[in-house]
Amino acid sequence: MNRNRKIVLALILLVFSHLAILFAGFVSPYDPRTQNRDFPFAPPTRIHFVDARGHFHLQPFIYPWVGRPGGLNEYEESREREHPVHLLVRGSEYRIAGLFASHVHLFGVDSAQIFIAGTDEYGRDQFSRILYGGQISVAAGLLATGISLFFGLLIGSLSGFYGKWIDESAMRLAELFLVLPWLYLLLAVRTFLPLHISPTETFFLLVAVIGSIGWARPARLVRGVVLSAKNRKYITASRGFGASDFHILRRHVLPHTYGILLTQAALLVPQYVVAEVTLSFFGLGLSEPQPSWGSLLANLQHYNVMVSYWWMFAPAAALVLVSLGYLGVANAFQQQLQLDSI
Amino acid sequence: MLRWGCFGTLLLACSTGFASSVPQPPQRGEDVQISVNEIGRYGGTLVVAQRSEPKTLNPVTAADAPSREVIGRLMADLIHINRASQQSEPALAKSWSVSKDGRVFTVKLRHGLRFSDGHPFDADDVVFSFQLYRDEKIHSPQRDLLVVGGKPVEVQKIDQYTVRFTLAQPCAAAERIFDGLAIMPRHLLEKPYQEGKFAQAWTLATSPAEVVGLGPFRLKEYVAGQKIVLERNPYFWKADRNENRLPYLDELVFLFVGNEDAQVIRFQAGDTDVISRLSAENYALLSKDASNRGIELFDLGPSLEYNFLVFNLNDLQSKNLNEIAAKQAWFQDLKFRQAVSLAVDRATIVKLVYAGRGAPLWGNVSPSNKFWVDSTIPHPARSIDTARELLRSAGFSWRADGQLVDHQGQAVEFSIISSSSNTQRLKMATLIQDDLGKLGMNVHVVPLEFRALLDRVFQTYDYEASIMALGGGDADPNPEMNVWLSNGGTHLWHLGEAKPATDWEAQIDQLMEKQMVQLEYKERKHLYDQVQEIIAANVPYIFLATPDILIGAKRNLGNFKPAILEPTALWNVEQLYYLPGNGSPPGAR
Repeated sequence: MNRNRKIVLALILLVFSHLAILFAGFVSPYDPRTQNRDFPFAPPTRIHFVDARGHFHLQPFIYPWVGRPGGLNEYEESREREHPVHLLVRGSEYRIAGLFASHVHLFGVDSAQIFIAGTDEYGRDQFSRILYGGQISVAAGLLATGISLFFGLLIGSLSGFYGKWIDESAMRLAELFLVLPWLYLLLAVRTFLPLHISPTETFFLLVAVIGSIGWARPARLVRGVVLSAKNRKYITASRGFGASDFHILRRHVLPHTYGILLTQAALLVPQYVVAEVTLSFFGLGLSEPQPSWGSLLANLQHYNVMVSYWWMFAPAAALVLVSLGYLGVANAFQQQLQLDSI
Repeated sequence: MLRWGCFGTLLLACSTGFASSVPQPPQRGEDVQISVNEIGRYGGTLVVAQRSEPKTLNPVTAADAPSREVIGRLMADLIHINRASQQSEPALAKSWSVSKDGRVFTVKLRHGLRFSDGHPFDADDVVFSFQLYRDEKIHSPQRDLLVVGGKPVEVQKIDQYTVRFTLAQPCAAAERIFDGLAIMPRHLLEKPYQEGKFAQAWTLATSPAEVVGLGPFRLKEYVAGQKIVLERNPYFWKADRNENRLPYLDELVFLFVGNEDAQVIRFQAGDTDVISRLSAENYALLSKDASNRGIELFDLGPSLEYNFLVFNLNDLQSKNLNEIAAKQAWFQDLKFRQAVSLAVDRATIVKLVYAGRGAPLWGNVSPSNKFWVDSTIPHPARSIDTARELLRSAGFSWRADGQLVDHQGQAVEFSIISSSSNTQRLKMATLIQDDLGKLGMNVHVVPLEFRALLDRVFQTYDYEASIMALGGGDADPNPEMNVWLSNGGTHLWHLGEAKPATDWEAQIDQLMEKQMVQLEYKERKHLYDQVQEIIAANVPYIFLATPDILIGAKRNLGNFKPAILEPTALWNVEQLYYLPGNGSPPGAR
């Protein structure tokens, strides 16, 4: 019961975060590239229910920030009038998954701005940037996982099924990849890439590089499962009936690996998200103004930002939540697999 | 009265527990320079941080800033530019005179001076030193300074304390050339020089006793990767009005601290006593608890450095860079550059990049360079509409999606390269990207490792636009010759022009050459004003902004008067001393 509750919690977390990221245009109040040059490093806007005169409002409202004269990036609330937070407001145009254009945003305020996770050094809304940045970071994680699992499954199953020199060479290669210091490898690979490439190309290159490094672990696991499965009696029987290698692999061997693949996927996604974040953190990811969690966090490399503007840590919270979700699910899969094998 | 004052200082030094040795007062026959400063007291160690280790201690071959910063404290020059007044003043030279035609400099040296190892100094050392600087085999970065009118300066010993310098043609502010040209000890270096080993002399591995100079300090210890320790030069040739030989400090330590943030943390922790080249954000951070930590912060106003955006206008025929060559048609169009300049929001750059501690620029001369700035050059206000008007009149138009296209229908898209280690210039690039987006230009920001960037700008020309900075050295126009002469080494927008590519570049060449040989300040100013006006009218660089010089120091540091010229904080290091007690200002004692 307790275990089930954990899975449900993890799944809810994942579903919500992914929906928010997928529909970033709708959920976020602003375009992530819009600079509000009068509001650099503005703290998160406070949401009020009780106004300055002590009256309670059922509809939440905000007091907008105004710069404190003489201070550097210091703000105070302008209490002249309340700006209620509305749901489903019209704002800047966006596209969902590159397909549907819309103007309607989940929430917003009239004639003022709401920054629920503060702003960055150009006054860009941090909340919008986290959601849009998640599109890059999470998509990179998912795609790279797909690549890793594809190669892992292919190499692992061939190697386990045919054995001999195929197995020998594939597994030695896998060992080589396992001991590679992947971070340094990523940095090295990235520096060899051309610099004048478009953001989309950079993204796919990143994904390809990250994904093609991590195939070794799933390959070894798949190989183990294939090895134990291929000597079962029903496979000998199937062979006796004249089944081809491909048929045996597909129908009788590979289904045994699905559990392992799912667990691996749930483990690899957060790892690869972190890999993308790391690369972008070092400035090797997408370039400005396109956000990703790594480039958002890169601001924290500056001592003054780290100690002065706590909301700049918000992307890290998003990263932790998504990773927790995936790891929770991976944990559940793993326990299920162990139960199955008993 | 004088004696008593001196004695009092001594007593004070002992009573506060400084275990310091007091240098000998000036001897008879020793031509010390009397330094007009508040009388300090002996003792104490000043610790400052440096980004990286010096590469060498050899003043003749040193080219990097960390080396020059340390060497500058070990060495002295004949004529020095006072960093506070920005005027030249005698140093090792007691006086100098110039012939009527401005070509012959006769320099009288101070008598009775000694190097930091006690060996006497005279004209032979001067002649020897200039031989080193002019020697082509040594490749001194200062050699160019000593070539005037195509010929090296001639140096001749007249007597033991007189040296004559002869220039091939008159040269404006020629005495400023001598600033930073360290006088070297002939008795130690003549042998290695004759054996052809001079370029290898005075590395970091050299024994401290062999590195000898005329500066306020001498080398004591070098710890690889950590620090370099200097101690008082007991023979230094300056004294205060009470005949206390300077410097007051016992030791000066340079710690090697990798980056600005680490330097700020060390300064906050009290590990270092002075911090220079602060960014505005760190300045704001430090000012929050400055009084608790006993530190004082200085905003000296705009520096002499100018940051600018430059478009690649180099000849690309010999290079295989067709894509960039095609875009040069836009960059060469004056209206295009003017439109870009009009669209750039300089006020925001100053606000967001320098946190308000800087000044917007429309020309190469910083507003703080009072002697040379031409205040009549126009400062057009930012206007996207006027910029669009200019682009339209130059044949550009806009697609339905807002993208700017040229008359051939080619979308205007280019990248700006900038040093990845310089956050401030990267920020400028991001702001400009947004500004130019409002004109419909599609701009990419490409951060590059600094050396890779220099390689593209100076060698391969494989870039479209770049954000860079120049200036910051001297206030005089002469060091700017390299930037504005059409064959100059830092004529960045179009390097290696055989002859001026445009009429206005030819005009600048003439004016700069003229001011160089003109001796009257007023005439020179008039000529340099014209140069500034031509530059402003033709926009070879899109000038952006200049940061304020921001410096922090312990509050109990006496005589601390930072200046906008390098070395901003340590230029008067020999006068610095620790105030007694908690460091209350001198007047309150």
